Amino acid sequence: MMDRPLRLRETIAWGFAGLGCFLGIWTLLTVSGLVPRQFLPTPLDVVARIVQLLTTPFAGATLPQHLASSFERYIVGVSLAALVGIPLGLLMGWFRLLDDILAPIFEALRFIAPIAWVPFAALWFGTGIGGPVMIIFAGAFPPCLINAYRGARFVDPRLIEASRMLGTSHVRTIAEILLPASVPSIVAGLRVAAGLGWQSLVGAELIVAAAGVGFMMVQAQANVSTPTVMAGMIAIGAAGMLIDVLLRQGEALILRRRGISA
Amino acid sequence: MTKWRQTGIGLSTFALLVALWFALTAWSGFVSAGRFPSPSEFWSALVQINTRGYAGAQLAAHAFHSVVLVAMGFAVAVATGVPLGLWIGWSRRTEAAINPVFLLIRPIPPLAWIPLAILWLGLGDAAKIMVIWFAAFVPSVINTFSGVRSIERPLLEAATMLGTPRWRFVTEVLAPAAAPMIFTGLRLSLQAAWTTLVAAELVGALVGLGFVLNVAQQDIYPAMILVGMLSVGVLGFATTWLLGAVERRALQWNMAGSER
Repeated sequence: MMDRPLRLRETIAWGFAGLGCFLGIWTLLTVSGLVPRQFLPTPLDVVARIVQLLTTPFAGATLPQHLASSFERYIVGVSLAALVGIPLGLLMGWFRLLDDILAPIFEALRFIAPIAWVPFAALWFGTGIGGPVMIIFAGAFPPCLINAYRGARFVDPRLIEASRMLGTSHVRTIAEILLPASVPSIVAGLRVAAGLGWQSLVGAELIVAAAGVGFMMVQAQANVSTPTVMAGMIAIGAAGMLIDVLLRQGEALILRRRGISA
Repeated sequence: MTKWRQTGIGLSTFALLVALWFALTAWSGFVSAGRFPSPSEFWSALVQINTRGYAGAQLAAHAFHSVVLVAMGFAVAVATGVPLGLWIGWSRRTEAAINPVFLLIRPIPPLAWIPLAILWLGLGDAAKIMVIWFAAFVPSVINTFSGVRSIERPLLEAATMLGTPRWRFVTEVLAPAAAPMIFTGLRLSLQAAWTTLVAAELVGALVGLGFVLNVAQQDIYPAMILVGMLSVGVLGFATTWLLGAVERRALQWNMAGSER
């Protein structure tokens, strides 16, 4: 009764059929006049709008410029999250007392959605670059911390016993045993953090920014320019996918290197 | 013994944090009132929103509205996502047909649907439910799908061999066997639902906790921002706990069934 796996040709055929249905229904809805074109442009309209946005500015900048300013905040926010989260996670994994002190705090903060920090972020750091960066930080920080922590906690106990016996200092134990041993976990956490950070960025830009793709979409929404909103969605999706693909490659590379060197 | 130690340290940490909060805001004024509220300001904001109301309603009304929206969006997402997950987990053809569309839509973060939802449905509840649905739908589908795919073949073959009718096969074999993964998906869905709701209400709403946050931000009223944030956290915690309780009940039944 369970279907057998499909052959490649069948998979491709069914895939095109599904995609065709999706785009076909979408186009039909608009062309037939069932949904006003203003609210649901055809796929071609959206593509044309993207091409147009590459050179024509909307809401003060072209699409690539909006993307660039989004990326700027994004990289600052995610880097900050990694720079604070990973060392803190390792320290919490090593010093039990620190773990007992900080874990309940993070456990409580976990239930506040990153996006709920927006008002304070705007109040403390403004709506330029600081506010959005703080939201991205709020989104990307937990996975950095948790994965570094888990990595440090699940280090082979024999390594730690050996280092203890040889009288290695705390600093060297963390830098030379815990950190290298938890690299796979940390890298996995970074990938999750990158995804969540990108999500938070979009949210932050919808609410508080004055530039960036999210801002462009809000402006387009106010001007009832559906093709521009959809162009923004596609740009965000494509950029998010690109980030994920790059990080996957990086992750594979790091793991392979470690496989050889270990 | 370590449990006691942990609880003790945890409690003293929170006590210390509260003391620090008093020290930095009310006593020393190191953190100005325009940046972070003092405990007494927080308290008066809490009293204000509970008695006179803020942003058009009392806290209970805002919270109730948000919870109802999350519950509705979540329910719609589960009612559509889990069956779709079961279906594409079951049928390779459906998987092959739906996968490319899914791959196309999935990278778009749920929050990016907010402007489109507002364009289509306005600032009311319908737009929020649509966005929550989108956000909570994807984790439901994916986890249900992997739950079905991880079922051991002999179980499926035995059920097939015994001539189980299709409907009973889905409800009594497929769904229970995939249940642990389905619940993992539901937990992620619930989290996504809350995040999305808060964002959607921040972007545009007329009532709800996100709206409270939005108004408080515009009024530069840090104490009320804190009230809004804590309410969001408490409700997120409560709904997650509720889902966990449901999961324990559901899976307990599942285990009892397999032991018999």
